[in-house]
Amino acid sequence: MTAMQNVSIGAHYAIHLPAPDDFAFWRERARGLIQCDVPPDRVAWIEPGATGDLFGSEGPSRSGDKRLPAPSADASPVRASQRFITIARSAALHSDPARFGLLYRVLWRLQRQPRLMEDKADPDVRRLEDLAKSVRRDAHKMHAFVRFREVAEEDGTPHFVAWFEPDHHIVRTEASFFMRRFANMRWSILTPRGSVHWDGETMREGPPARREDAPGDDPVEDLWRSYYASIFNPARLKVGAMLSEMPKKYWKNLPEAELIPQLIAGAQAREATMVAAGARAERARPASLAEIAQSITACRDCPIADCGTRAVMGEGAPSVPLMIVGEQPGDQEDLTARPFVGPAGQLLDTYLERAGIDRSSAYVTNAVKHFKFTWKGKHRLHQSPTAKEIDTCRWWLEAERQIVQPRIVLALGASAARGLLGRTLSITRERGKAIMLDDRTELWVTAHPSYLLRLDGEAREQQAVLFAADLAALRERLAELAG
Amino acid sequence: MAQQTLRQKLEILADAAKYDASCASSGTAKKNSLGGKGVGSTEGMGICHAYAPDGRCISLLKILLTNHCIFDCHYCINRKSSNVARARFTPQEVVDLTLNFYRRNYIEGLFLSSGIVKSANHTMEQLVEVARILREEHDFRGYIHLKTIPEADAEIIHQAGLYADRVSINVELPTTAGLTRLAPDKNAGQIEGAMGRTKARIIEAKDERKRFRHAPRFAPAGQSTQMIVGADDANDAAIIGKASRLYDSFGLRRVYYSAFSPIPDASAVLPLKRPPLLREHRLYQSDWLMRFYGFAPQEVADAAESDGNLPLDIDPKLAWALKFRESFPVDVNRAAKEQLLRVPGLGTKAVARILSVRRHRTLRLEDVALLTTSIAKVRPFICALDWRPTLLTDRADLRGLIAPKSEQLELF
Repeated sequence: MTAMQNVSIGAHYAIHLPAPDDFAFWRERARGLIQCDVPPDRVAWIEPGATGDLFGSEGPSRSGDKRLPAPSADASPVRASQRFITIARSAALHSDPARFGLLYRVLWRLQRQPRLMEDKADPDVRRLEDLAKSVRRDAHKMHAFVRFREVAEEDGTPHFVAWFEPDHHIVRTEASFFMRRFANMRWSILTPRGSVHWDGETMREGPPARREDAPGDDPVEDLWRSYYASIFNPARLKVGAMLSEMPKKYWKNLPEAELIPQLIAGAQAREATMVAAGARAERARPASLAEIAQSITACRDCPIADCGTRAVMGEGAPSVPLMIVGEQPGDQEDLTARPFVGPAGQLLDTYLERAGIDRSSAYVTNAVKHFKFTWKGKHRLHQSPTAKEIDTCRWWLEAERQIVQPRIVLALGASAARGLLGRTLSITRERGKAIMLDDRTELWVTAHPSYLLRLDGEAREQQAVLFAADLAALRERLAELAG
Repeated sequence: MAQQTLRQKLEILADAAKYDASCASSGTAKKNSLGGKGVGSTEGMGICHAYAPDGRCISLLKILLTNHCIFDCHYCINRKSSNVARARFTPQEVVDLTLNFYRRNYIEGLFLSSGIVKSANHTMEQLVEVARILREEHDFRGYIHLKTIPEADAEIIHQAGLYADRVSINVELPTTAGLTRLAPDKNAGQIEGAMGRTKARIIEAKDERKRFRHAPRFAPAGQSTQMIVGADDANDAAIIGKASRLYDSFGLRRVYYSAFSPIPDASAVLPLKRPPLLREHRLYQSDWLMRFYGFAPQEVADAAESDGNLPLDIDPKLAWALKFRESFPVDVNRAAKEQLLRVPGLGTKAVARILSVRRHRTLRLEDVALLTTSIAKVRPFICALDWRPTLLTDRADLRGLIAPKSEQLELF
């Protein structure tokens, strides 16, 4: 007896699935139908809740299941490629009502074309792959976008509850992902397609739920929103990239999504502020000291320039072997517009003379070109420049150095050293020896003479000895280079 | 100063961490929390739990332990001389945040980095302590990525690898000269030395696991690094060359490119203008060409324009194809996989589909159209049963015909 004898020729069959995601049931029925050689256009697959069947009165209707033909014992087994089974498992969860019909049609064709799944230009195969792909994507988005909120159970144990709206029938299958991840937590995922509950040991399935069934808030969400807003880099806005991965339909269940509009609106303003705060007009490096002297008077790159003081240019001829760099002009220097003429300058002159260094054969300048001060009564009190101000003014200092081209640069104090090196160093550790700059110019560092002025007694004597020794070592090195 | 709240600290330390590009949570050993005491699983595929409006995915809680730093690297917002708000987490605070976020399914795990306080060793010990508490006291089985500090002792870095899924050391800048100028406290030799040691440990641990099933894992997701693009004057060819050497010498999983972006309180040594974001994108594309499309670093560099930079208006693969037209058209019905991979507009998946389909039928142009996203882009470079691009391939204005037209406009 062949299978055909069990099938009434031309009959239609309606298969009612017990659940929209019951792949095992479909597989069982499809296997039987194929063995009975029922062609795809004779089978209707009906999900629970679907209205009627397509064949109406023509074929066996709701009771059709019972009258399915039984395959004969010697019917040849149904075969399908591994690829089909993998794809079919996913595609069966799609919300498209036509999916089971499509699956059956491909399975039917596979019996005659075993390698059909490789033909990715075939419309049925393509459609099947597309269905599977969107189910996989939906599952992936569920892994990503489920957001639990914590509530306390009556016995005090925390219970984590989430509301999620998947596009496809994936809740039951994907529950295992959350079980593996949160095995030691009590959690529930509520969706309009059914809910799953895990109590730490067993999984329970429940009926479809409503959004109101899930808790409305969790205090940790405030922290999460803070994190979301802070990790966002306003200097690189790519809204399209975000939307393609996190489409708007998911936003309503994501606590962080409410921030998105304001973050986007604020982003360009924030970046513009950042750039403006550090803005420096693009300009060419000056070619002569005279040009620098003229340009620095107009420089407003840092706030010091707005104190109402004048820019103090360095002094000396280009092409001298030594360049001496101080911190910034002081009160006297600002009034006379000449570097190192105040008390510190006089002290420096004394020590230079003692060491046998001729100040007129050196170029003397400052790391910062304007006097920074606060008013104290009638007096202008010196204030140290910040690292940023030194770095900003470095542009001028480098320009000077390039024109003067000294063999040795002497930095007086840490600010001057930063202006030349771009980093802060310890004078105590680095004094008395040469540091090589990029272009092989030697940098020597020592204390600023005003430091000596601020000390008294023994400390001052000690520092004075060190300062004199530094200058003496420098003179020797200068002589060496000259010789 | 008033005591900072946890939220204030989180804001400061997340803000400080956002210039790190990496957020990958993929490619580690599979694990789950069944039979354990805590939470966490990693199943190979990374999960992006959210996307920020900058288009970057948020997969990990990416924060610094502290943004205090004794180093003074010019491109870094946390450099010593920068005038930003400072904060410091205790290891326990980081652990609590991680677990609270993880239990609510906000994240895949933790990406922890830090400014350097006291000493490199002290800082590294603190980072390792966070990972230790998570793994040992809370049996946390999610993803941990630790940034390691090359100046720290090898023994502490080794500890980090035992707890973390991935470790990374930033090379920061593509050239040693750039590093000396912009990161005066860092040393290229030291960075590469640490990467070399990490590579050796990873290989050793893999080897031991082949022989002893319970041998400890060491950074099963490998190591990665990050390079800042546009802060110094290195061109794309130099960057590609550096990346390929890094891949070769240290077995890196990924090299991340981070377009230098203007930071608050920037140092004056830096360029103010940001490099176009597209440049970063083109570098990632060329990275992909080397890793998945069989391009040699020199070939990618050949696609660059005369200044050594990749064209911004077209992708590097198309640029290469336009320069080396003698390699085209490629016959989709006969050509080897390697040749198909060179066709602009054909990705690895499309090539796999073509190879699979052509066992069943001889492809026509319409078949190819079904297998790819844009046939218009592919057409000038292929032959099919009913298609030869006789005139197209030789046309001088081909670039104008297929290069994307639209120009990105700024919001008005």
